[in-house]
Amino acid sequence: MDSKLILRLCMLALAMSFTGSFHELMAAQKVTEYRLNNGLQLVVIEDHRVPAVVQTLWYRVGGSDGPPGKSGLAHYVEHLMFKGTEKFGPGVFDRVVRDLGGSGNAFTSLDYTAYTQRISADNLEKIMELEADRMHGLLLTKEDIEVERLVVLEERNTRTDTDPGALLREQMNAALFLNHPYAIPIIGWRHEIEQLSREDIFSFYHQYYAPNNAILIIAGDVEPEEVFELAQKYYGVLPLNPDIKVRNRPQEPPQISPRHLILQDERVSNPYIVRRYLAPERNSGAQKEAAALELLAAILAGDGVNSYLTKKLEVEDKIAIYTDAFYSGRFVDKMSFGFVVVPADSVTMEDAEAALDQAIDEFMETEIDIDQLQRIKKALHASWIYEQDSVQNVARRVGHGLVIGLTLEDIQAWPDILQSVTPEEIIDAAKRLVMPESSVTGWAIGKVQS
Amino acid sequence: MIRNFVISLGAILAIPAAAFGLEVQAVESPGGFKAWLVEDHTIPFTALEIDFGGGAVLEGPNIDGAAYFLAGMFEEGAGGYDAAEFQRRVQELAVDFSFDAYQEVMSVSVKFLTENKEESIELLRLALEEPRYDSDRLEFVRSQILAIIANREKDATDIAYNRLNREVFGSHPLGEPIEGTVESIEAMTAEDLETFRQKALNRSDIIVGAAGDITAEELGLVLDQLFAGLASEAPALPAEPQSLLDAGTTVIDYPAPQSFVVFRHAGVERDDPEFLTAYVMNEILGSQSYLSRLKDEVREKRGLTYGIASYLSTYDEIGFISGQFSTDNRSVGEALEVVEEVWFEMAENGVTEEELQNVKTYLTGAYPLRFDGNSRIASILAAMQRQGRAITYFDDRNDMVNALTVEDINRMAKRLLKSDELHFVIVGQPEGLESRDVATTE
Repeated sequence: MDSKLILRLCMLALAMSFTGSFHELMAAQKVTEYRLNNGLQLVVIEDHRVPAVVQTLWYRVGGSDGPPGKSGLAHYVEHLMFKGTEKFGPGVFDRVVRDLGGSGNAFTSLDYTAYTQRISADNLEKIMELEADRMHGLLLTKEDIEVERLVVLEERNTRTDTDPGALLREQMNAALFLNHPYAIPIIGWRHEIEQLSREDIFSFYHQYYAPNNAILIIAGDVEPEEVFELAQKYYGVLPLNPDIKVRNRPQEPPQISPRHLILQDERVSNPYIVRRYLAPERNSGAQKEAAALELLAAILAGDGVNSYLTKKLEVEDKIAIYTDAFYSGRFVDKMSFGFVVVPADSVTMEDAEAALDQAIDEFMETEIDIDQLQRIKKALHASWIYEQDSVQNVARRVGHGLVIGLTLEDIQAWPDILQSVTPEEIIDAAKRLVMPESSVTGWAIGKVQS
Repeated sequence: MIRNFVISLGAILAIPAAAFGLEVQAVESPGGFKAWLVEDHTIPFTALEIDFGGGAVLEGPNIDGAAYFLAGMFEEGAGGYDAAEFQRRVQELAVDFSFDAYQEVMSVSVKFLTENKEESIELLRLALEEPRYDSDRLEFVRSQILAIIANREKDATDIAYNRLNREVFGSHPLGEPIEGTVESIEAMTAEDLETFRQKALNRSDIIVGAAGDITAEELGLVLDQLFAGLASEAPALPAEPQSLLDAGTTVIDYPAPQSFVVFRHAGVERDDPEFLTAYVMNEILGSQSYLSRLKDEVREKRGLTYGIASYLSTYDEIGFISGQFSTDNRSVGEALEVVEEVWFEMAENGVTEEELQNVKTYLTGAYPLRFDGNSRIASILAAMQRQGRAITYFDDRNDMVNALTVEDINRMAKRLLKSDELHFVIVGQPEGLESRDVATTE
């Protein structure tokens, strides 16, 4: 299948499915790291091919942080950060960026909130001034807060409530985590979004928006020392918050019972199954298990028609018309490893799920094809070369790694760790992963089957 | 404490890119194939963007969806390789292919490593010239396309656009969904696909953009290797499309708290001498990346949507201005009124000097930033050739934008924007709205 067809089917897969995300930081970019007196971490990535620069400011706060009962707060604050400050009034941020030919965006994840702009390199100072300014000077009118609440509710409608795939993801997250706040949707539950107050917003902002809770990545056609001086000038003057602590969220208790959900929604055209297991994340100095799981996902579903699940369930047994396995270790805490099966026309959900279980069991008893593993590793290697084509992607991967607690050395070591994973390590990781009691299975069906 | 350490991750290759002045070369191969090329030897790979003119409109009766099906078969085996061997080979060479079918073009995007150039190109040639259509893979792709069609029928965005295209083009091939119908896909044979391939992958209308670690001479050899074996007779194109679109509102019931709305009326064609004027006007009206009037009125002031945009949608022989947004079922009526008002106001009173100045600085400042990376450059080079631009366009474009006056934009707004000619297709359960179809095309 071509990538477009697959893409169309990927609406079935989870949002966090980066099966193919093996690319990491690579050779041709020079990376320099600084730390300012107020705790701000600064990383400069040089790429002089195009006279452009990307600034991304990552805060170590996301949808899984903040007070209980206030879901969606991190994301709501992200929206409100564009409303203006004491120094730069309403709409100025966006206007200045765009009038200089730049573009900007922001995103909130479970573990982070990030703000990014891309602009010609000679305008870097202006966007550094603007981004630093809104770390402490946010001003909001009542109308700003209320109009933006409507926008956020429309966003929830667009992204979640009109999309059965997104609804199933939300339900499965809530079921997978018994105690950890990863159970809570980033955008928030509707009834809580409706209640978020001005006090909630500002207490969150004051608590988490501080230089010692942020990582600044500047990437592109720049000189590190010049960037450092600009950072000193604009970010260096901001006061640190002594109350910032290392994140320590409620952790999962031992899970003792598999969970099974059925989402019935008439908008589901092709019924499908998602299975997720709790899975370890990448940790500083300890990334081997995550590397093994990335390769596991690649062997199972990332190798086209030669993938294990594709061969078994689609080609040989004709149980499924689509299968996937997905994993990303880039989280602060334990996340998940998942599977997707779209059953073939005449196959029941029960049979398809049983076939998936059987395929996974058989995989763990089969020897890994060494040629396949070598090929996958070689392709990973090449993907780092292609990766260099976009300094934005490199910057994003570095920032994402740092914000979840990895170091530059960890990020640099990752490609070699992937290359060093052995077949035994993959099988062992798979065996530790596949524990029914720490799993959730979700079925999406259109009409109730009679 | 200030820490400062440098981790050098490898060779530092500092080749200053021609600031702007992008150096675009026109290449002609020994066999007469043409391409535009930007050489950049920083990273050892090359990106190619290849467009074959024609696409799904060439299908003719009974094989709706052949273009899409064919694109789905390209990596499913060719020449001596079955699907598994072909995909193994792709991975061994670390070459990256993507095949896409569109209404008026079949496009191929390729990235290959310099060290594997010959073998990667040979594999691509096989895929283009000798696809195998092995029956097990054919059946498999068929089942996936049928699933995609089933999904299309339940996806609000697809429902809206397919309806709109049907309203616009009626029974012209441009009105057909690219994936075909259940009937046509179920009936499709390997012979159908091969017949279509010979028609669609034709030497008569090939456009190539290339960027990266390759010289003009090397590129010429690549073009000959890839295309020399293709058929040379130009296929017959369907009749020129006529728009059947009338003003009106079409409501399609869909169970969701929010409605998805698309709208459209006649626009400018790609080769209109004032296309750029219309483009700049639309940036002020409904840009995606810019705080447009539509975004300001519908999102920023009223909070009625998460996103709204308008855009120029062009086909080879016809052009439209279109837009889309989602909004709560309760606020569809209000949002439609705001869109019509913004449309009317701009046609009536035009834009301000300040608005134009701001959009000019934005567009001219952003333009050089588009050309970041081989893949982006290759795809822009192909698109500009498809649009019939001169090779000097890249140097002239910002001057052309800066030369536009408020009078130019306002004349275009008056010519183009007709609030009473908009046709809205609404997929959802909007409150207090019914279809008022002026159009009687079906």
